[in-house]
Parts: sequence; structure tokens; C-alpha cells
Amino acid sequence: MAANPMTQFEVYRIGPEIKIGAFDISFTNASLFMVISSFAILIIFNFGSKKNSILPNKLQLLTELSYSFVSKMINDTAGSKAKPYFSFIFSLFMFVLFCNMFGMIPYTFTVTSHIIVTFVLAAFIFIGVTIIGFIKHGFGYLKLFVPSGVPIVLLPLIVVIEIISYLSRPISLSVRLFANMMAGHTMMKVFGGFVISLGIVGGWLPLSFSVALTGLEILVAFLQAYVFAILTCIYLNDALNLHH
Amino acid sequence: MIKKIFFQSIFFNFFFLKEVFSAESGGMPQLNPEFWVSQVFWLTLTFGVLYVVLSKLILPKISANLELRKSQIQENVEAAEKQRENSESKLKEYDQIVLKSKLEAKDILKSAREKVLKDINSKKEILDKQIDEEINNAEKEIEMLRKSASGKINKIAIETSSDLIKKLIGTEVNSSSISAIVEDLSKRNGGKYYGS
Repeated sequence: MAANPMTQFEVYRIGPEIKIGAFDISFTNASLFMVISSFAILIIFNFGSKKNSILPNKLQLLTELSYSFVSKMINDTAGSKAKPYFSFIFSLFMFVLFCNMFGMIPYTFTVTSHIIVTFVLAAFIFIGVTIIGFIKHGFGYLKLFVPSGVPIVLLPLIVVIEIISYLSRPISLSVRLFANMMAGHTMMKVFGGFVISLGIVGGWLPLSFSVALTGLEILVAFLQAYVFAILTCIYLNDALNLHH
Repeated sequence: MIKKIFFQSIFFNFFFLKEVFSAESGGMPQLNPEFWVSQVFWLTLTFGVLYVVLSKLILPKISANLELRKSQIQENVEAAEKQRENSESKLKEYDQIVLKSKLEAKDILKSAREKVLKDINSKKEILDKQIDEEINNAEKEIEMLRKSASGKINKIAIETSSDLIKKLIGTEVNSSSISAIVEDLSKRNGGKYYGS
């Protein structure tokens, strides 16, 4: 009787089917939560930045704290050259964070638990960072694959490894976020199913596990958004400040 | 009422999930490419809108707010620093004034004391001199009196003895002989009559 723990990741159409050419771009529950997350961010940050008082109110404090948090993160990892990309990384961090957090509310849909979503984000970052690197350094950007101080004999092997690691960046970035979110939500669903199947007698143990897992998942939701943003910063750092 | 709706929704949800489960048997829904294009489209749309609005409207405002606050706080801190310095210099000035006035007071006290001491000394000297003079005068007077006293007493003794003799005998005695006797007596008993 326990539902399949994967059903929570089902995407279904809300409203009519919309088609552009051969592509189905209907509004789905995933789209709904993307829109909700974006709107929540915009509303919170709009109201948080509307009034400027010396002693900020709670909302203003929240927005300013997150602003300085992301600003500090970028400055620490990618240096002052990354200033123009601040708004992109800020939006990215906030979007992923809010999608993750909205997913923690029961009966909601977790946008970031879908590989296609995280992969599009990661691929966009990967392509963008590569383009920035080539614009900044020309073909000198290829020096990224040739670390300094490596014996000549090992160089071909190292270069191959570096190229593979560079190309696997979007995959690792997207799979990390997607797998974390999916695994967490699946586990919570499984424990929730145990509560139902064990009933009032034995259901308390999985219920307490479920409560603990919820706390853990909220931590993971924040942490994965942070990791996603900071890895973007690190990749950007590679493109802006070529160290090799 | 709310409770009823809540339970109904759970109930319906259960049926709904069951239906989906029956439709999609197993596997990961993430790998079902049916809605990939839709997800990518909506992701691009929502994230794009989010990025544009945040970067064009909201983030500059937050940045400006932070800068403004920073500068205002800086200004206030600077003003406070200035006032502190001002008050410190004032305090120093005040301390100096107090120190100066203390020294002045000491000086005044010292000079006044010296003056008083001098005054006292000079007055004492004058007084001492006066006293000495008076003592000297008195001593002189006493000496004079002492000298004159013996003469006078002799005279009185002569007169009284002549009177006594007159009354006793009824005749006048030569005063020169009486005076000789008195002189003799007074010489013999000098210490007895006149003390020192």
C-alpha cells in the first residue's frame, strides 16, 4: 500500500498542453515551483531593499546578510575580478536554495531533483566559464590543462586527465545537486512509508527518523545550494585568474 | 471545516498518487524525457526573469543601501572621534588651568606667609627694643630712687629724731650732730634698711 517513493518526482501537466513546433512546453508542476521560487525571491528581496534605515528591519537584514554572504563568498574564491558575475551567482545561489527549500514543504515538488534542470544550469555555467576563459586569455586558456612543474614524461597523461576532469565538470556539478536532492527526498518518503506500514505500534521509530531526516535535509538543501554556487565561483576563478 | 478539507485532500492525494504509480511502473521519472523540453523552457524563462530583475533592479538597490549605511556609519564614527578629540583637548586645557591656578595659589600662600613672618619678626624686634628700653628706664629709675631714698630717709630720720628730742627734752638740738649720728647708723645698718 506504501506508494512508490519515486512518484514524488513525477512531472505532470497543469492546465492545457502548449506546443511550439514539435516541442511540448506545457506548464507543469515543475514549472509551477520554478515560478513560485523565483517570485518568492523577487518579493522577499524587493521588500527587503525598499526601505533603507540605519537600523534594518528583519527582512532588510535578511537581504543584506545574504547579499554580503554571497559577495564575500565570491570575493574569497574568485577575487575582485569576478565582480561583474556577482548578480548571476547571486541569482543562481538564491534560485537553487529556494527550489531546494520549497521542496522541503510536504506535497511540493523539488525542481532541483531533476537531472535535466541541474544539468542545464551546470552546462550553462560550464559553457559560460569556458567562453569567459577564452575571451580573457585567448588560446592561453588551454594552459589550464598543463600544470606547471610536472615531469615531461608524465605530461601527456596529466593533460588527458586534466581535460577529462574539465569536461566532467558540468556532469559532476549537476549530478551532485540532483542526486543529493533525490536521495534525500526518496529516503524521507521511504521512512514515511514505514510509518504507515508499521502503524501505531511500530511507526514511532521511523517517524522519529523522519523528523531527524527533515532537519538533515534542510541542512543539505542549504549546503548543496552553497556548494553549487561556490563551485561555480571556483570554475570562474580558473577562467579569470589562470594560475597554471 | 478546515480539518475536513485537509483530510479530504490527503485522501484524494492518496488516490492520485496510486493512479500515477499504476501509470508509471518503476524507474526514475527524472529520466523520462517527456517533459524535458518544458522544464528547460520554464527554467530558462523563470531564471532569466529572476536574473534580469535581480541584477537590474534589486541588487543595485541593496548595494546602494549598504554603501549608504556604511558611509553614514563612517561619518558618524568620524564625528564621534572628532568630538572625543575635542573633549580630550578641552579636558587637557582644564587640567592645565587647574594646575596653573594651584601653583599660583601656592605662590600666593608662600609670599603671604613670608610677609606675615617678616612682619611678625620686625614687630617683635620693635617690641623687644621697646621692652628693653622700658626695662632699662625702669632699672635706671629704680637705681635713682634707691640712691635718692637713702638721702631722703636720712633727712626724715634727722627731722623725726630732732622733733623727738625737742619733745622729750624740750630744747633745740643742733641738727648737724643729729645728722652725723644718723649717717653713722645708716652706714652701719645699710643692708638692714634697704634690701638689696
